[in-house]
Amino acid sequence: MSFFRVEKLVKRFGGLTAVNDVSFDVKQGEIFGLIGPNGSGKTTTFNMISGTYPPTSGKVFFKGKEIQGRKPNRICRLGIGRTFQVVKPLGRMTVLDNVIAAAFSRESRMPGARKRAEETIAFCGLDPVAGMLAKSLPIAGRKRLEIARAMATRPELLLLDETAAGLNPTESLEAVELIRKIRENGTTIVIIEHIMRVIMTISDRIHAINFGQTIAEGTPSEVAANPQVIEAYLGTDYA
Amino acid sequence: MKKNAVPLVLFAALAAFPLVVTSNYFLHLMILFLLWVVIGSSWNVLAGYTGQVSFGHAAFFGVGAYTAGLLSQHLQISPWWGMALGGFVAVLIGLPFGAICFPLRGAYFALATLALGEGMRHIATISESFTGGMMGIMIMPSFVSKIPYYYISLALALLSVLSIRFVIGSKPGYYFVSIREDQDAAESLGIDTTLYKNASLAISSFWTGMAGAFYMNYMGFIDPHVVFSLHEYSVMAILVAIVGGVGTIYGPAVGAFIMVAVQEFFRSGFFGLFDYLGRTTGMPAFASVSEIVRQAHVLGFGVLVVVVILFLPNGIVGDWGKIRRNVFRIQPTR
Amino acid sequence: MDVFLQTVVAGFLKGGLYALIGIGMTLIMGVMGIINLAHGQLMMLAMYVTFLLNTMGVDPYISLFVAMPVLFLVGVAIQKFLLNPLIKVETILPENQVLMTVGIGMVITEIARFLFKSDYKYVKTDYANATFFLGKISFSVALTIAFAIALAFTAAMFWFLLKTDLGRSIRATAQDKDAATLMGVHTGRITVITFGLGAALVAAAGSLLAPVYYIFPDLGGPFTAKAFIITILGGLGSTVGAILGGVTLGMAESLGATYLGMEYEDIVGLAIFIAVLLFLPGGFKRLTKV
Repeated sequence: MSFFRVEKLVKRFGGLTAVNDVSFDVKQGEIFGLIGPNGSGKTTTFNMISGTYPPTSGKVFFKGKEIQGRKPNRICRLGIGRTFQVVKPLGRMTVLDNVIAAAFSRESRMPGARKRAEETIAFCGLDPVAGMLAKSLPIAGRKRLEIARAMATRPELLLLDETAAGLNPTESLEAVELIRKIRENGTTIVIIEHIMRVIMTISDRIHAINFGQTIAEGTPSEVAANPQVIEAYLGTDYA
Repeated sequence: MKKNAVPLVLFAALAAFPLVVTSNYFLHLMILFLLWVVIGSSWNVLAGYTGQVSFGHAAFFGVGAYTAGLLSQHLQISPWWGMALGGFVAVLIGLPFGAICFPLRGAYFALATLALGEGMRHIATISESFTGGMMGIMIMPSFVSKIPYYYISLALALLSVLSIRFVIGSKPGYYFVSIREDQDAAESLGIDTTLYKNASLAISSFWTGMAGAFYMNYMGFIDPHVVFSLHEYSVMAILVAIVGGVGTIYGPAVGAFIMVAVQEFFRSGFFGLFDYLGRTTGMPAFASVSEIVRQAHVLGFGVLVVVVILFLPNGIVGDWGKIRRNVFRIQPTR
Repeated sequence: MDVFLQTVVAGFLKGGLYALIGIGMTLIMGVMGIINLAHGQLMMLAMYVTFLLNTMGVDPYISLFVAMPVLFLVGVAIQKFLLNPLIKVETILPENQVLMTVGIGMVITEIARFLFKSDYKYVKTDYANATFFLGKISFSVALTIAFAIALAFTAAMFWFLLKTDLGRSIRATAQDKDAATLMGVHTGRITVITFGLGAALVAAAGSLLAPVYYIFPDLGGPFTAKAFIITILGGLGSTVGAILGGVTLGMAESLGATYLGMEYEDIVGLAIFIAVLLFLPGGFKRLTKV
């Protein structure tokens, strides 16, 4: 039984096929990269996994259970956390309250939830800003808050959507460090990333898609050498 | 305990009020004030905390009032039973309604509540054999003195505010605010948004229904145009919460005090000041000013809506910092 | 059968006016993203303008051309000074613009009551009660003219939205405000013009309705409710939907009044509203896609 697997996922919006027959298998404990140019269907794949909308066809398996088509809150409770590419802070709540709200998915009483949230905040390095309103955080802080919130729901699988986008080099290094730390804690990670330097350094394996279809899968160096991937990213001249 | 000092002192003052002030007129105003604390706080749970704005809270208020009235009229049981049942019947109306509207995003809920309020009024008006139609329902009041009513309304206000405060401070409250702030994020954090919106609606409609049932008992008379009134209840509920402070625990109480005072200001023509001046000076001009103020009742309300939304959108409690800076010229201490 | 046909014809003619009311509402809905809960009150204001001119001997069909610009200006002022400033206001409730329109509606109603008192006013015309017959079916002259003019305005509106630059800008703003801003559309100005247009259209409906209806300050509320049901029925922001919705509501009200009784006229609208929410959330827009 595989830990997490998507099988022949297809998503059509009207006449547009955003994701076409994508399958991959994620092993427990690895960092699995999902790459592809803009509009290639990465976020759509995430949205199908996390239940934002159901797939047109195809299946998603998590720990042997078929989970496609369930609502996002069910998916979260099963143990799959996610962050959003366009961050969605709960703006007029403090950073701590954001994370407490998330921690309530595992702890129904306040003291437990607060303790869990404080631990997560410390883990993610957010304690200096815990009392600030989420909307007043700068972008790096908001990205971190996305991760902290998802972690407070105690996911076994974490879906990270472009965590390093919009960060400066120092901040994105810090993000990479945090992601590694999360994996060391035993959480499996599927990550979408645009910044090649980031994804190539942290991923164990990479799955590349373009126009909604799989073009390559393998270790970072294998994928980086794949002519189709180079073509997708740099255009035909470089292939 | 310092945090609770102000509410505790206020509560003691409210409990002692009838011992000090015996005037029926002021007792009546205080009862109205307490009633509005209940309704405003209820509206605030749903709109201020959960972000689901209702334009039809009169529906729940009226249903509560009619529950009490109809029980007494058809089954000859004490309308006080309506206090127990009014809230539940309001929830029974609210939940199917929420189940239909909440899955639809955007403005649908707000619009549908408007229709719910108006719809209930029409239903109460045309089902004459059951509700008495336009004639309304009249019952014999249980007490001659206003003091029992005062303490019942005080209990109602206290219970509603405290229970709401408790809910807001615990898991459902965090979930309500999360839904208000970002529904997608809330879902991704394991929050069943439809379920919790319904929970919020249930709390809100319950207390509003209780308030309605109390109103029936206290006033002894209701008709569809009184209790299902868009302006008198649905809009007033919104104003009470907004003036005081949306999304704050004690804001609606502050708003209720101000709005009942404003309402009385118009109804009585500057608290009878112009009438008094007219009598003492013998100048008829004062009487006509008084008449104009009385007629301008709804106009004043409308202007207040406009002004409050423009200049005080988060209410007195919510914009307290802004008020201190601009009105009292006090710089925030840090 | 004759009764049925008669009812359908009456409903259809009324539906033409409702469509005009609905288009104004849906334009504002599309561009501003809010329901204008002062819509019926604006119409009431236009009816009083028509009434005032009528006391000076002006025909309602001529005062139409006074009422429309007047209400256009009123609409512009409301949007510019009362609604647009709210966009910048930081607040918890996203619906405070809708709430503002409730307040505006109350103020308009009370000002009308102050100026004209609560009693019913009538616009006096020679043709108010005139009818003509096609077969056994009678047609109200005033309503038929109103229907024709409503049709003309609707067509003009479509031409304006589809063919003119300003119309295109309005449609662009309705589709995606941010994108329209990036494309150089001055969206602040567009919202102001749109509210003005919406008010002018409902003013036209008011002037056309004046000869066959009575005028009183509280008439705004019920018509706001109608406008709002039409918009829900047609689909928020859909112009074609507003026409279909208007005609549907007109017919349904007529049928309800004939076969259920006059007191059910208003209930019919609410029943439609609930049915749409239950069975066709999104309204006719879901079917027509425009």
